[in-house]
Amino acid sequence: MKAEPVMMRAQSHALRKRSKFWGTLEQIVLYSLLFACGCGFIAPFLTMISTSLKANAQIFVYPPMLIPNPPQWQNYPEAMKYAPFGRYYLNSFFLCATVVFGTLSSNTLIAYGFSRIRWVGRDVVFVIVLATLMLPAQVTMIPVYIIFRKLGWVGGYLPLIVPAYFGSAYFTFLLRQFFRGIPFELSDAARIDGCSEVSILWYIILPLAKPALVTVALFSFIYTWNDFLGPLIYLHDQNLYTVTLGLQAFISRYWTPQNLLMAAATMAILPVLVIFIWAQRFFVEGISITGLSGR
Amino acid sequence: MFKEALYQKVKFRKLSRQDRHSLGLGLAFISPWIIGFLLLTMYPIFISLYYSFTNFTLFTPPGWVGLQNYVELFTRDDKFFVSLSNTAFFILMAVPASVVTALLLALLLNARLWGKTFFRSLFFLPTIVPAVASAAVWMWILNPQWGLLNTSLRMVGLPGPPWLSSPAWAKPSLVVVALWGIGSEVIIYLAALQEIPRDYYEAALVDGANGMQRSLYITIPLVTPVIFFHLINGTIWAFQYFTEAFVMTGGGPANATLFYALYLYRNAFTNVKMGYASAQAWILFVLVMAASLIIMRSSKGWVYYEG
Repeated sequence: MKAEPVMMRAQSHALRKRSKFWGTLEQIVLYSLLFACGCGFIAPFLTMISTSLKANAQIFVYPPMLIPNPPQWQNYPEAMKYAPFGRYYLNSFFLCATVVFGTLSSNTLIAYGFSRIRWVGRDVVFVIVLATLMLPAQVTMIPVYIIFRKLGWVGGYLPLIVPAYFGSAYFTFLLRQFFRGIPFELSDAARIDGCSEVSILWYIILPLAKPALVTVALFSFIYTWNDFLGPLIYLHDQNLYTVTLGLQAFISRYWTPQNLLMAAATMAILPVLVIFIWAQRFFVEGISITGLSGR
Repeated sequence: MFKEALYQKVKFRKLSRQDRHSLGLGLAFISPWIIGFLLLTMYPIFISLYYSFTNFTLFTPPGWVGLQNYVELFTRDDKFFVSLSNTAFFILMAVPASVVTALLLALLLNARLWGKTFFRSLFFLPTIVPAVASAAVWMWILNPQWGLLNTSLRMVGLPGPPWLSSPAWAKPSLVVVALWGIGSEVIIYLAALQEIPRDYYEAALVDGANGMQRSLYITIPLVTPVIFFHLINGTIWAFQYFTEAFVMTGGGPANATLFYALYLYRNAFTNVKMGYASAQAWILFVLVMAASLIIMRSSKGWVYYEG
């Protein structure tokens, strides 16, 4: 009876001693793995920036030069001379602003209808919304193009902007998840006081849902900024090109200096990078709320 | 939630006044979605089925040709089969590889390590990079002669493959590029891992389970719902894989990266064969639904739902 605790203590002591050694080894292995993966993920960024600051002759040296010396900052204005990236920037920002506005306004209304009002058949209809997430864009691409062509919109921004005003399943889902978490007592109290649904949405739900709205705005900005297939199909005039379309045109030239191309790529990434660094918690939360990567 | 909604019996009793009022309100709020759904989703799905039986070319009104587009795709169009097999190959490589990679990275981040928020952001960062920009950067990294990858291999004395410029290596190269953008999946797995109660591991530890057993019998079963969603999403995504291939290889070399969506785009917007491309789109639609159904069916055997 008395021996048992002593033995247990001895055992656990041995266990701890062994686990300390293995623990340290495990830590070393885990850290080196993490570090190696980290290097793999950041290497493309470093290569891009490093190449963008090299003189043309420094690109083709072996062994490769890691830090350009001296850094060729003039590659950036040079790249802007090659292709009108300032123009593309303005176009992309204009497109993003109008799309973000449409996404926010349409999806808050739709998500409110799917979460804060109880109506017959609501959940069945919402399953249809979710099902559209699985629909490949290629299936609707051609008829939608033909509709916009008949409207005379091909060649302009309207085909890229207008769909945002009819909601999108991913953002509706994200906002609905968030709206559902807001206490229903708040709405009920407001209803008793004679508030209309629109004013409940405006004065009660929206102020409480700010983090979700920011998440939607950021994701919507980034999807629009990054979109390629849409602008590729609908924009033909060089003056209307978005940044991604301009960058693609830059790549597909017969001969493009690699350092200028990397400078252009850096410029294309810069806005989303700044947004990410400024507001990264919203991205992580947005993905965790929906459990969807939304690619 | 799916089940709940599907089994919910809509009662066809006469709606009360209150019910009718809230139904009207609800429909009013979702009306933007209803309009968009009818005009930009439902109508296109069905009209595209009609187009697929016509020789529509944009410049002439569609003329009915029956099954001709389908017959041509399946019997005479070699490129169609090339694009189909390329896409199948890509799905079978990229999707399992991304599941394994994302899960391993999430497990790594879930270990109690210093600086894991930093690494989480680092892994996530590539997912917000425009596909065209990442294509530009990877074209340079994969440059057989001067790219980062092959110069690094050369420094350790290994011969580097020609990557994008060889038919054999082009698809694996694109898989590597796709794996770089795995970050959002990593975050989803990580969220699932963090929800696993600690007690499970402690109980297993008391029972003498080693680390391997703990991951096999606790961790993996509990993240199978996430793996299931990743498989479905990843497969649907891979069926539509387009931008990187369009920018980096344009379908080459020797059609090795002519993927389904790329060939469809070409027929629709370069060759302006809208009817023909619509047939391709519908075949894609059926394939995506079939693949999703197969994964869903199989899920009963391996996805573990708690409770």
